Amino acid sequence: MPDVNITVDGKKVAAPAGTLLIEACKNAGIEVPSFCYYPNLSLQGACRMCLVKVEKMPKLQTACTTVISEGMIVATNSDEIRQARKSMIEFLLGNHPLDCPVCDAGGECELQDMAFSYGAAESKYMEPKNHKEEQQWSPVVYFDRPRCILCYRCVRVCGEGMDVWALGVQNRGVSSIIAPNQDDHLECEECGMCIDICPVGALTSGAYRYKTRPWEMNHVGTTCTHCADGCKTTLGVRRADTGMEIVRGDNRDKSGINGDFLCIKGRYAFDFAHHKERLTQPLIRKDGRLTPSTWEEAFEVIGSRLTEVRDCDGGQAIGVLGSTRTTNEENYLLQKFARVVLQTNNIDHHRTADFPAFVSALTERPEAAASMRDVYNAPAILLIGNDPTEQHPLLAWQIRNNVRLHRARLYVINSQPIKLRRQATSFLQIPTGAEAQLSSFLAGQDSAIDALLSGPTSRDEWISLREKLRSEPGLVIIFGSEIRGSDVVSLVKSASGIHDVKFICLGDYANSRGAADMGVYPDLLPGYQRLADPGKFHEEWGGVPRAVGFTLPEMIESATAGKLKAWYVVGANPVGRLALDPFAFSQSFVVVQDMFLTETAVIADVVLPAANAYEKSGTFTNTCGDLQLVKKAGEVTGTKSDFEIIVRIAGSMGYDVRKLVPFGRGMTADMGQSRGAQSGEVDRHGVWLEASGLELKMSPFDPMAILDEIQRLLPGYAVSRMDLLAGNAQHTALPAGKAGALHDPKLIVPADNNLFSSGTLGRYSRTLNSVIENRHKKPEELEVAAD
Amino acid sequence: MADLVSHPDEVRVVSKRFGKGATNIDRYLELDGYKAVQKALGMQPDAIVNEVKNSGLRGRGGAGFNTGMKWSFVPKQSPKPKYVLCNGDESEPGTCKDRLIFEHDPHAMIEGVIIAGLAVGATTGYIYIRGEYRYLLEIMQKAIADAYSRGYLGKNIFGSDRHFDIYWHGGAGAYEVGEESALMESLEGKRGIPRIRPPFPAVVGLWGGPTVINNAETLASVPHIILGGADWYANLGPPKNGGTRLFCLSGHLEHPGVYELPMGYNLKRMIYEVGGGILNGRKLKAVVPGGSSTPILSPEEIDVAMDFDSLTKVGSMLGSGGVVVLDETTCMVKFALRIMKFYQHESCGWCIPCREGTDWLKKTLTRFHAGGGLKKDIDNIQYLSENMLGRTFCPLGDAAAMPTISIVKKFRKEFEEHLDGRPCPFEKQGKIEELPVMV
Repeated sequence: MPDVNITVDGKKVAAPAGTLLIEACKNAGIEVPSFCYYPNLSLQGACRMCLVKVEKMPKLQTACTTVISEGMIVATNSDEIRQARKSMIEFLLGNHPLDCPVCDAGGECELQDMAFSYGAAESKYMEPKNHKEEQQWSPVVYFDRPRCILCYRCVRVCGEGMDVWALGVQNRGVSSIIAPNQDDHLECEECGMCIDICPVGALTSGAYRYKTRPWEMNHVGTTCTHCADGCKTTLGVRRADTGMEIVRGDNRDKSGINGDFLCIKGRYAFDFAHHKERLTQPLIRKDGRLTPSTWEEAFEVIGSRLTEVRDCDGGQAIGVLGSTRTTNEENYLLQKFARVVLQTNNIDHHRTADFPAFVSALTERPEAAASMRDVYNAPAILLIGNDPTEQHPLLAWQIRNNVRLHRARLYVINSQPIKLRRQATSFLQIPTGAEAQLSSFLAGQDSAIDALLSGPTSRDEWISLREKLRSEPGLVIIFGSEIRGSDVVSLVKSASGIHDVKFICLGDYANSRGAADMGVYPDLLPGYQRLADPGKFHEEWGGVPRAVGFTLPEMIESATAGKLKAWYVVGANPVGRLALDPFAFSQSFVVVQDMFLTETAVIADVVLPAANAYEKSGTFTNTCGDLQLVKKAGEVTGTKSDFEIIVRIAGSMGYDVRKLVPFGRGMTADMGQSRGAQSGEVDRHGVWLEASGLELKMSPFDPMAILDEIQRLLPGYAVSRMDLLAGNAQHTALPAGKAGALHDPKLIVPADNNLFSSGTLGRYSRTLNSVIENRHKKPEELEVAAD
Repeated sequence: MADLVSHPDEVRVVSKRFGKGATNIDRYLELDGYKAVQKALGMQPDAIVNEVKNSGLRGRGGAGFNTGMKWSFVPKQSPKPKYVLCNGDESEPGTCKDRLIFEHDPHAMIEGVIIAGLAVGATTGYIYIRGEYRYLLEIMQKAIADAYSRGYLGKNIFGSDRHFDIYWHGGAGAYEVGEESALMESLEGKRGIPRIRPPFPAVVGLWGGPTVINNAETLASVPHIILGGADWYANLGPPKNGGTRLFCLSGHLEHPGVYELPMGYNLKRMIYEVGGGILNGRKLKAVVPGGSSTPILSPEEIDVAMDFDSLTKVGSMLGSGGVVVLDETTCMVKFALRIMKFYQHESCGWCIPCREGTDWLKKTLTRFHAGGGLKKDIDNIQYLSENMLGRTFCPLGDAAAMPTISIVKKFRKEFEEHLDGRPCPFEKQGKIEELPVMV
């Protein structure tokens, strides 16, 4: 359809038919102010700030509700319009408390900005302002009615965006008030979207309020460390006695794959970083007790013991566990360290999804891996298993909004009546554990249907669903850990008739996909390259151990039998999360690097205090394969990044770190070291660098040098570095050819996190805990909490 | 039950069955009841629409839009069901006409709704009555039940192949719901807040279906037009202002009451002849010509024909037909305050200018009337009202602003007489309200 032409303030503007006048103006660089208008939420026409003059219309018109039409002539900046805007601000400021000097929103307030732009400096009123006491609605949500300008953004984002509908309007006229769903408090998903979208300081965050002025923070855009969706979160950081303090998480520039969205974890659950039990000193077991020591001593002990085991018992006597929360560079470095320095393929991690099977199933068409953005644009979505509302909040947001805004068709197959069924075109309940037969049935094997019929869904419904799916012009198939191994292959096969079909395999942790992509497997190298065919890795690294290593259960078995002499556990808590017998670790030399004294750390011989993802730089790959930057917000004194620790251990084993971290080989790697030089970080490492005969630069600790190697050796990761550094998500491609593998499905152990839990890390978040505790309280206790 | 009044100048159309026991369905039938709908059943839908269009019937709720024209906007084909809504949420201060129709002639309402349904192809109608008219709901309920029992509603009405259902619905006490789209929201069980238009109700209305929504008096006039013919009805009033209207005379009059007079009837004559003149022979000060939201007229302006177009010419509106007469003992500041209290109370709060504007005007007028006024307040009252006018989400803001602007403009002197802490000159006991005064 041809564009519609209109004239705004004498300027010719063209925009697609159906465009709202306010958007057409914005695209043409003409600002029309508004409070209640918010893209992708329903129209209100309530704030009257966007009044403009449309020729031939007697009254001023709201640009937010006017659809452009051919030849429309619009004025947005006449005296009449400026007076209208000024008067709206005057009306609002009449009852607004003007406590800007202490208001959280001060400096980030749309009402302040509007008052600045349109005047209204003189108060027209003498009467007292209407007042109402502030209310606490939940541990994280506070509401201050006098500041509220009733734009209804919170009500809409909660209902339309989140499908929670926990907020509404009570009373009328000047007594109108935003109200929570449970009389005096909220019972909701605690996503905090209402706070984020509030143009003023009416809704404030329990985690952030009255802590700082916004201009006194550094704003660091990084990637959330919790679930596998990879939301961009902008951390507000202040200096503190411990080095730094994160005081806020939001997505203030709306630039990530998540746009506006963040869930409770991305928004508030950064506070584990400041937990009082955070380790800030290395601990070495002396006389049976973990005793604080120095980094130098720790590296010496680890270096000598690991060298000893390697040289006496061979690499197969060492087991290495990687992390689903460290960066790609760290996991890559770790497996390279294991293979090249420790000379073992005994490396594994907590697997929450069968990515090797996924890669193996898609070797014929590696482009068929969908990105997070595809979920928002696909004409149809099939969701099998998982509960994205709880486990993948961003994915659920994308699905909901695709259905709401693009009328996408959603097919949900689940053993539970998950919340997303409310958006579904059809929801079919499947007997628990029958997902394998489902894949076969969808792939065309009719006999498999019998296993699906013990649930409430009839034969006809299953057959009709399969036909509907086959007739879809484009489809994204999303599946949880219910589908593993050969079932993934059948599922991919089932969609072979659909024209434009893509897939998403759902892992559970922030870098679950990254750990898999980086080859933290005993039989797979980075890029799911099979160990039998090490190819370029063999040349690049100067040899790779040949024997397939142990999986985690095999390592446990070996350790229990007394054959595994050393464990190197990086950012994992297998004893706590996988309920392993601590005895398996008791006969070996165990090194654990972690933030806290976890169930695994407490039985270790050396515990190293590690930095978390908010305290280092690198990249994460989300469950869809979208690569994003992780940026260092600051550091907590006493800790080191896993990257640095691995390099230092390699150094202490006498290995030439220049081979481990091939810095200086490309132009691209230099960004980190110049930053290091400026920040004075080099000085901190000066002694070691000098002693190791290295230049006084940050190069050996620069994750970008490893990213260079990753991008060189993994074709799917050869994305634009410039776009990545600019903070954009870059979709990686799956490897083609002989990659991936079919493993024992039992190796997958889902994390089973929900909205308020996040593995071991979540236990150290005060905010998550307060929300969980609050839910168990009786109503009368809640009342006390609200006072 | 209100006492009925009468005057020889009256032309009784809508009110012709008032006081004649027409709530009884048999009595209603004796008085030509349900003849119009039977006639309409034999007419083509377009013919019904044209008849109403040609009669010059204009919306009696206040806006005065041609009713037949409004009906003609309803699309002939619609994938969604169409509806007819009777707006009986009569709430405009000074207006008390619809309640007489519900009280004395409920079957005429039913008949009007069915005919509108036949005209636009709807098979369901709703009669929405303001919550405070609870006693009228009972009358309406009974009328509907009687109509069903006779086969005038339900399947195959009057033995035809047509079906029609009518449901009654009581309001919850909101002036705002008199606005047609807010009424639909209320009827759907939501907060009574107006909708964004376009789309207009004729295209997307109740439950998303095309909807005809008319004032109760408008719909009650329809059966008479069908029986009497468009020409007869049109000729009752001046050009483009067909028919008669129920005028609600109230205030300082010797004979207040609801009178049915031809459109275009002279206001001065209405006050002095029909209404019996000013109470106790006092002097006239001002007249509200069409409900509290219309700009007031000064005594010099009342020699005017009471029709939509003539009142527009003198800067006011015919509105809902509520004529309120104020004599020389009235304090115009207090009058402005009383009106503003009403609108402040009734503002739905959806949009900024109405929600905040009515509240600040109420506060300012309260202080002003209590003797705490400053000279700049007079301009400020005007300024606030002008900032509301034409900029609110729905006409409620205009309804609050228009009379206020006209009162300040025409009675500025009275405002000045309240200045400097002087007691209200119209109060025998000095200040009427002891309110905290902040200066």
